[in-house]
Amino acid sequence: MTDLTSLTLAEARKGLADKTFTSLELTDAHLSAMEAARALNAFVLETPDQARAMAREADGKIAKGDAGPLAGIPLGIKDLFATEGIRTTACSKILGDFKPPYESTVTKQLWRDGAVLLGKLNNDEFAMGSSNETSCFGPVVNPWRREGSNTTLVPGGSSGGSASAVAALLCMGATATDTGGSIRQPAAFTATVGIKPTYGRCSRWGIVAFASSLDQAGPIARSVRDCAMLLRSMAGHDPKDTTSVDIAVPNYEAAIGKSVKGMRIGIPREYRLDGMPAEIEKLWEAGAAWLKAAGAELVEVSLPHTKYALPAYYIVAPAEASSNLARYDGVRYGLREQGRNIIEMYENSRAEGFGAEVKRRVMIGTYVLSAGYYDAYYLRAQKVRTLIKKDFEDCFAKGVDAILTPATPSAAFGIGEKGGADPVEMYLNDIFTVTVNMAGLPGIAVPAGKDAQGLPLGLQLIGRPFDEETLFSLGEVIEQAAGRFTPVRWW
Amino acid sequence: MSVDAATVRRIAHLARIAVSDDEVPHLQGELNAMLAFVEQLSEVNVDGVDPMTSVTPMEMKKRQDVVNDGEIADDIVANAPATEGHFFLVPKVVE
Repeated sequence: MTDLTSLTLAEARKGLADKTFTSLELTDAHLSAMEAARALNAFVLETPDQARAMAREADGKIAKGDAGPLAGIPLGIKDLFATEGIRTTACSKILGDFKPPYESTVTKQLWRDGAVLLGKLNNDEFAMGSSNETSCFGPVVNPWRREGSNTTLVPGGSSGGSASAVAALLCMGATATDTGGSIRQPAAFTATVGIKPTYGRCSRWGIVAFASSLDQAGPIARSVRDCAMLLRSMAGHDPKDTTSVDIAVPNYEAAIGKSVKGMRIGIPREYRLDGMPAEIEKLWEAGAAWLKAAGAELVEVSLPHTKYALPAYYIVAPAEASSNLARYDGVRYGLREQGRNIIEMYENSRAEGFGAEVKRRVMIGTYVLSAGYYDAYYLRAQKVRTLIKKDFEDCFAKGVDAILTPATPSAAFGIGEKGGADPVEMYLNDIFTVTVNMAGLPGIAVPAGKDAQGLPLGLQLIGRPFDEETLFSLGEVIEQAAGRFTPVRWW
Repeated sequence: MSVDAATVRRIAHLARIAVSDDEVPHLQGELNAMLAFVEQLSEVNVDGVDPMTSVTPMEMKKRQDVVNDGEIADDIVANAPATEGHFFLVPKVVE
């Protein structure tokens, strides 16, 4: 039954509808694959009983002809999404054994449409990281290795468990979240497809908060079509999130295969970095050539404030995080360490419960919001953010439909290789993705090729607000031209 | 701008995170690396630019002024490390 795991979500949907196999068979195949792949550390909690119960229910509905759009499809859920009665930790010690008495809106909609929960996926602690090395459950291993090497590589982050599990055929798709690149960078590192929709497209209700003005949920899957199917179920207005937008969710799958003829694709000159590896440059040119061959028109564009996006992000995101994470006080849930008084209890609980990266960001956030520094740092960063967004608006106003860029400045790197003494080294991973969060735009990462060592590389397409459909159409063109990439199984 | 050891201790206290003396130099180095990185924002001309308050232009939604949830005290205290009935227990705060 292991070959069932290599189907795409669209193929599995057809097999289920045709009664070639049942959801229980499909689910069991994935549960076995998960068990055999524990060396990847992609799952932090496996929920086989829940999975089989949900699969049986889906099979019943399929038999009755009452199946939802994702009926019987086994998925992994990033541990940032609250799942009712099922441990949810954000991969932080401070949440301990937290079992939410509620379900996040995004996962609730997936279950409404018939999907099956396989388990909870590893991520960087509170989604703060670009390598999945900050998780309290330890790092996730990328199923990809350099040709002829046994070195273990990171899957990227923060949605490293999601990307690794999808690439290694442990689940048909996964939920993920993206604050500065946390869906698109791991997708690029693992040859999977990941889309961060427009801010407001998916409800943030029930997702552990990191930086609320930047956080968005989205799917990671093995094809552009699979992502379109998942996003349709995940997206939609939710009165419980006041930033969720009340506009209709289109049938994203209808955008797959739609002609891109005459579309104007911007190539931003500021994304051509000094010292960028030649193979990234080559990949970018190849992507442009594929889109051109499909009838799109390429235009050089300028996004002058690009270089300021990452520094502005490292003020805005930690500031919001310091405020959001104030709730972890050892009183209402999670870890408590004793102290001689209540202040010491707070301080000891947070010192013991937060990992090094989280402490660093909470402290920077506290500093930039503190009296005397607010104007110099936070207010200035928010003004720069306005300018970054305006760069994109000017570009779209000139008739550009989407922007093509590399997804990451390099392929996956080794575990323990980056971010030792200088945290900024790790932060630079998000240099091409973070602008999109700062401007609230949709962005998709699509696998496009491999580097000289055989590691996958991805391209990013950035769209107009709420125009995810154009990204799916263009992403499909790249996928058709580049082909799909699967790691050689070693685990 | 850079922070000294005393500032690191002050920030840690504001953030309610206990730091030991031997953690301070390390944190100081990391925080200063981040501050040096964000320093480049000072070269951007932001005269007359409004700070961003909402990335997607939208009118603030207002909820109906009705009770639509509640009576779930058991759920609310279910995950707490120390409770008594429907109360959270904390170290004594009033002498």
